[in-house]
Amino acid sequence: MAESHGEAKGQKADAHTEAEGGHHGGAFPPFDSSNYASQLVSLAIAFVALYLIVSRIALPRVGGTIDARQNKIEGDLAEAQKLKDESDAALKAYETELANARSRAQAIGNETREKLNAASDAERKTLEETLAVKLADAEKQIATTRTNAMSNVRGIAADAAGAIVQQLSGLTPDANAVNSAVDASLKG
Amino acid sequence: MKIDPIHQFNIEPLFTLGHIGNHTIAFTNSSLYMFIAVLLIALLMLASGRELIPGRLQSVAEISYEFVASTIRGNAGAEGMKFFPLIFSIFMFLCVSNLVGIIPYTFTIASHLIVTAALALLVFFTVLIYGLYKNGLKFFKIFVPSGVPLYILPLVIFIEVLSFFLRPVSHSVRLFANMLAGHIALKVFAGFVAMLGFSLGALGWVGGVMPLALTVALYALELLVAFLQAYVFAILTVIYLNDAIHPGH
Repeated sequence: MAESHGEAKGQKADAHTEAEGGHHGGAFPPFDSSNYASQLVSLAIAFVALYLIVSRIALPRVGGTIDARQNKIEGDLAEAQKLKDESDAALKAYETELANARSRAQAIGNETREKLNAASDAERKTLEETLAVKLADAEKQIATTRTNAMSNVRGIAADAAGAIVQQLSGLTPDANAVNSAVDASLKG
Repeated sequence: MKIDPIHQFNIEPLFTLGHIGNHTIAFTNSSLYMFIAVLLIALLMLASGRELIPGRLQSVAEISYEFVASTIRGNAGAEGMKFFPLIFSIFMFLCVSNLVGIIPYTFTIASHLIVTAALALLVFFTVLIYGLYKNGLKFFKIFVPSGVPLYILPLVIFIEVLSFFLRPVSHSVRLFANMLAGHIALKVFAGFVAMLGFSLGALGWVGGVMPLALTVALYALELLVAFLQAYVFAILTVIYLNDAIHPGH
């Protein structure tokens, strides 16, 4: 009590502080209780001010900046992932499309080839049929022609035989006899 | 030449603020450095930009934020983040004031036991009040470690209670003693340089090289201690608060 009183007086008069200094100098400053009140009051004011600045302004501000950055990074990563997924999907779609087109092209090729084959087969068949019909006709014609020719040969032979007999014998031979003689000789 | 390693701890009243009872409340050099610390922290945290890509100052502010935040998350879990502003204030206040304090001719706030004790008691009562408010009587489970045989339980409880109430003492004295001893050692070794030079002349200046080298080395050590003690004070605060949040270990 006395000490703090002395301190109070000392602050009012500088000369007094010097005079009291001897009395004061003995005390180790950190254990000089006359300073405690001043230090506690300023500590309380300073620390409360610091706490208010830190809790109300500083931490929300810095934390907000850090969070914003974190969100931005996460957003960018998600965006990049999304774009990557999209390009992957596009690549996959392109590949399936390509595979489809390839198989379709093959199918079209096969189909066309089969169609052409079928068409040429059919054409060939009709051609063959026509040819066969024509061949048959031709053969028939040949046969008739030969038959005709053969019958003509008989008539000519009979005529010739009759003429020859007439020339040789002067007799007109019986037509039936000539004919049967020709037939017999043709057979022979 | 007289070396007074204690002089640096003197409290010099700059002007009187008022009176409480018989006590004179003065604005002292200690008060000045407290407000300097608050100002520096405010500048660091508020004047730094809010860029997406941080600059140097902004990086320091964000690293401090992340450093304290990860310390709390690691030691007290997500619930500990309730005390983030308190722990951040304590850590930054001590760290900045200690770092300012090792600049020659400045004053170190934490070299006064009353300051460290006030902060330690603030933590102590925060733990006590929050612990009781949050957990009720379950808070006293911190005095009863699980898995202790019944016959030595009274002894263990006695030790736990004692250590709990001695926490503010160790908490405050550790910081105070480190800052005090470091500054005295620095002053003594630096004083040797001048003393040798003034008393022995040229030979003394040559001889002063040794204590000068020691002073440089000690200065580097003190730089580390200034940060480390602030960190130790803060992490002990987190660990004590963890008791209040999760009693019964």
